[in-house]
Amino acid sequence: MSLHEPLPHDSAARHASGEALYIDDLPEPRDLLHAAIGLSARPHARLAAVDLAAVAAARGVVCVVTAADIPGVNDVGSAAHGDPLLAAAEVEYAGQAIFAVAAETVRDARRAARRAQVTYHDLPALLTVDDALAARSFVLPSKTLVQGEPGAAIARAPHRLSGRLDLGGQDHFYLEGQIAMALPQEGGELKIYSSTQHPTEVSHMVSRVLALPCHRIGVEVRRMGGAFGGKESQASQIACIAALLAHHTRRPVKLRLDRDDDMVLTGKRHGFRIDYEVGFDDTGRILGVDFLLAGHCGFSPHLSGPVNDRAMFHADNGYFLENARIVSHRCKTHTVSNTAFRGFGGPQGMMAIEQVIDEISRHLGRDPYAVRRVNFYGKAPRNRTPYGMEVRANPLPALTARLARTSAYARRRREIAAFNRENPWIKRGIALTPVKFGISFTLTQMNQAGALVHVYTDGTIHLAHGGTEMGQGLLVKVAQVVANEFALPLERVRITATSTEQVPNTSATAASSGSDLNGAAARAAAITLKARMARVAAAEFGVPAGEVRFANGAVRAGNHTIGFDELARLCHRHRVSLSATGFYRTPGLAYDPAAMRGEPFFYFAYGAAVAEVEIDVLSGEYRILRADLLHDCGRSLNPAIDRGQIEGGFVQGAGWLTTEELWWDAQGSLRTHAPSTYKIPACSDLPRDFRVAFWAGRSHAPALHRAKAVGEPPLMLAMSVFFAIRDAIAATAHHRARPRLDAPATPERVLLAIAALAAGGGAAAAGVVAA
Amino acid sequence: MGATVRFLLGEAEREIALADPTRTVLDYLRTDERRTGTKEGCAEGDCGACTVLLGEARDGAMRYRAVNACIAFAATLDGKQLLSVEDLAAADGTPHPVQRAMVAQHASQCGFCTPGFVMALAAFRLAGAAPTRAAIDDALAGNLCRCTGYRPIIDAARAACADPAPDPLRANESATLARLQALAPRTSLAIVRDGRRFLAPRSIAELAALCEEFPEATRLAGGTDVGLAVTKALQDPACVIALGAVCGLDAIEESAHTITIGATATYSDAAPVIARHYPDFGELIRRIGSVQVRNAATLGGNIVNASPIGDTMPALLALDARLILRRGSAVRELPLAGFYRGYRETVLAPGEFLERVVLPKPAPGQIFRAYKLSKRFDQDISAVCAAFALTLEAGRVSGFGAGFGGLAATPARAPAIEAAVLGRRWDEATLAAAGEAFDASFTPLSDMRASGAYRRLAGRNLLRKLYLETAPSGSGRARTRILEPAP
Repeated sequence: MSLHEPLPHDSAARHASGEALYIDDLPEPRDLLHAAIGLSARPHARLAAVDLAAVAAARGVVCVVTAADIPGVNDVGSAAHGDPLLAAAEVEYAGQAIFAVAAETVRDARRAARRAQVTYHDLPALLTVDDALAARSFVLPSKTLVQGEPGAAIARAPHRLSGRLDLGGQDHFYLEGQIAMALPQEGGELKIYSSTQHPTEVSHMVSRVLALPCHRIGVEVRRMGGAFGGKESQASQIACIAALLAHHTRRPVKLRLDRDDDMVLTGKRHGFRIDYEVGFDDTGRILGVDFLLAGHCGFSPHLSGPVNDRAMFHADNGYFLENARIVSHRCKTHTVSNTAFRGFGGPQGMMAIEQVIDEISRHLGRDPYAVRRVNFYGKAPRNRTPYGMEVRANPLPALTARLARTSAYARRRREIAAFNRENPWIKRGIALTPVKFGISFTLTQMNQAGALVHVYTDGTIHLAHGGTEMGQGLLVKVAQVVANEFALPLERVRITATSTEQVPNTSATAASSGSDLNGAAARAAAITLKARMARVAAAEFGVPAGEVRFANGAVRAGNHTIGFDELARLCHRHRVSLSATGFYRTPGLAYDPAAMRGEPFFYFAYGAAVAEVEIDVLSGEYRILRADLLHDCGRSLNPAIDRGQIEGGFVQGAGWLTTEELWWDAQGSLRTHAPSTYKIPACSDLPRDFRVAFWAGRSHAPALHRAKAVGEPPLMLAMSVFFAIRDAIAATAHHRARPRLDAPATPERVLLAIAALAAGGGAAAAGVVAA
Repeated sequence: MGATVRFLLGEAEREIALADPTRTVLDYLRTDERRTGTKEGCAEGDCGACTVLLGEARDGAMRYRAVNACIAFAATLDGKQLLSVEDLAAADGTPHPVQRAMVAQHASQCGFCTPGFVMALAAFRLAGAAPTRAAIDDALAGNLCRCTGYRPIIDAARAACADPAPDPLRANESATLARLQALAPRTSLAIVRDGRRFLAPRSIAELAALCEEFPEATRLAGGTDVGLAVTKALQDPACVIALGAVCGLDAIEESAHTITIGATATYSDAAPVIARHYPDFGELIRRIGSVQVRNAATLGGNIVNASPIGDTMPALLALDARLILRRGSAVRELPLAGFYRGYRETVLAPGEFLERVVLPKPAPGQIFRAYKLSKRFDQDISAVCAAFALTLEAGRVSGFGAGFGGLAATPARAPAIEAAVLGRRWDEATLAAAGEAFDASFTPLSDMRASGAYRRLAGRNLLRKLYLETAPSGSGRARTRILEPAP
């Protein structure tokens, strides 16, 4: 039926026609007020005086609120406390919310918000990771993972290298900015429409801020216009401000952030400073490695604990690190608190080890892919991660070998060498990088999901679950699972908005787990209903319940066939409930967070990519000429949807590592806060030759219907682009030096890296990169 | 004078009185018409989620162009047809070929950008260009998608162009033309509300009089900059003089030795003429903004706006372009190089306005090169922009004009560089002298687009690039430019 089929996104036609409704498109209730937020102009200051008289007196203003107007707790911290809804006595980043205003129009509200007279008493501000490290300023205690004896192994190794890599952060740039609409209901209840990946958390936060019990708050989201982690916990602040203003005005309030305010106010992907020391043998096999991962967390812990944990868990990527030490500092700065973003620290950890592999290769003059191969996880004992989990049935050796073949990696490397000999002003580079990404929330309790399924007496199905739709196609995938279970055509299943009133106590739709968890929960509900219906059919036709089969929109009981709708009516006549909940929790997780040891992941998702680039030696500009992606989706629930995740993830990852630069000025203000200054990939940035394939070989896929999570892992395929650029830069110095290249590799960083090599900088390299 | 704005919304006639004379088309569509298919993604014309089509009668046919509704003022709709995504499907509900292709190719994920892509592609399909990768990239440079990575959208563009179905936007063309003719404004639009004015004169004389009467007025050409003053700075300009309805102010004329471009000629109209004579200038314009921006923005606006990073000025400076300014009936002409007084400051007198730009055609043997450096190729603002007009005679430089952007407070010529190369043999020694003159000429600043160090190094390297591409001892067969996307 519909399972494993490349069906369109459930909303595809409505997206194209413009009928798909986002929160700002909903009919506006009478008396709706519009909100805006007053933002701090300083990175770190005591609020000596906040004079809002001019704000309150501005045209159209109905209500102004500050921290003093919060009836409950002034904190919307997610994994940890420390994120005030509205700054009370002190601001800790430029752009932090100080007050909020509700007015008759959006323009009135926004204009009023700019009329505040705030007197700041400036305090010393730490703006960079280096500042924070120097000051030992951390939002959370540092952590260390050790496997084997890294110090001794590095000391004994025939070759040693050390270095540093700086990785910039990344703005989510969801096309639909943050938005929420809060509607007071009778009895002091609140209905909230929130563009959120986590409706349950929104209800918890509104409950905390307004001191309202959860059962009086309903949170609903039909779809988001993109999220990428940016609406996992940050949506709460927006919803809480709308709710707070609604609480005080007793009127519905909508808060839709202007793009610039959104980019200044909300957190981003964590930037990282990575320091490494590695010891290795003549083949490039890593004997010992020592990492310092310093995450740029911003002013509060927020989600930085689990983000930095995941960075540590991915500093091995696909490689066995027999002797490794991974130290993680969670740096506190006076900048926005960074948050979840597709990959959740994993990409940064993986960049650390890929940088090390690239460095080793250049030092030895060996092809980086050859060095990768000698380091891949293998058979026991070379199959234990630094946190003690076994890597089962690692497909990377076979997967990368296939990709190397289909992409003609070796031949193209030779062709590139020939091209580079003849072209002093344009250089080409190529890289093959793998991905191994752990699937599950590392906070084990989040690995659960619920669903609610009704069968109506006309045989149609109502499906609700805790997963949210942000474009990733979750709702159609789960509907496919349910339609498959009932053996019904997909159109019989109605996809509904995600609501805390339908399914409670849900986890965020995050960590790529949406379809694994919610699909399994919905399937469980369907199985419960089928069993009830089968019993009715069995009794009706006098056959054992085990002989009742659901197939092709009908139900067969022995020699009898009855329409699914007819059976639904029969059940109703026999007073059998046609509504059921379903629940799922990921099995087999055995993880000790205090020791950081055990099995935090249900399984791993894999992939690999080859990218070839061309750089302009005089300007630092570049193009991705070709990219070949081979990704492991297990048995894809929907290959069309999954291909979209692979391609979109790759391009988004390439943006992170190339043109997307967050730039703060010396006063700590983000100056790249709109698409005019912050450059996500445009259409012409897609590789001119782009080839995507699904891995069809062996893979350990224990989740629902043998499919694998695909939301985040493909983003990291874009590491190939960064290392291809690095390869091309090295070619300007005939591969005799190792370039210093940080991310994002903007044309500026590329040109300055070339210039440093030309000036004799860059550490020595062997001078050839043989295929 | 007319005080209301009359236009067609789809096939329906609208006459609106604007309480806010600088209200945007996007706000009007979403609030008054409850047409919520058109989205706001950035409110500054950079993401394309608000893309709509503007239809105008041109040479007896309807011409549709994509623009950003977020920074277009509803008052500029006077006498035009506005199409939003809700207008694309046929009357019986059959989706437009572009909409069908977007669904079939799985080209939407979150869907928020999708209506904007649909509109941009509807305009592209209607224009009938061959759907090469380069043409599609260009048509979509102004539409950002964060989910798909664009591959399926590119495939949808190809599929929609290959779909033989007749374009539904042409189905009612003659009726639309007749309707537009019927509501064509016969008098100038003058909206006066609560002391605020929006004035749209229809003749140059009328414009000149208004400029003298309201010397402090905001002059509105394409609005791609003024729009941001309204949407981002939240300004309510007290008086706007809109130039778009002035007859003849957008004229483009060629003589034997010059191209004269009226102040309100859009980039889209001016680019083909300029590109015919200066292909690199054409490519430079192609990289300004996006189709949506170039359909609205004007060369004149770029000049008068006086931004240090305006992209056309380096080219116009290198080519010795001249400006014709008017105040009342007084007309004066001056070289562009004499137009800027300082950061965002020009020599325009109160009441004076730019009427025409005069660009010389290439002199025999003249070579023109323009280079734009930015973080992203398409729809980005320059970190550094450089343009050179070089004439070689018997191996010596007999003519040299150099214009730079992003290196100083204004777009600037570089007389020291010109002096260093004029009359000399075009060789490494001259290049080195030019480089030294470059270093002495500019001390660029650091900002979010680039550091001063990069601007300096890259700017100087562009002289080498020019040299490699033009000197007898240049790069030879080795390439100097990276590849454009394949067809």
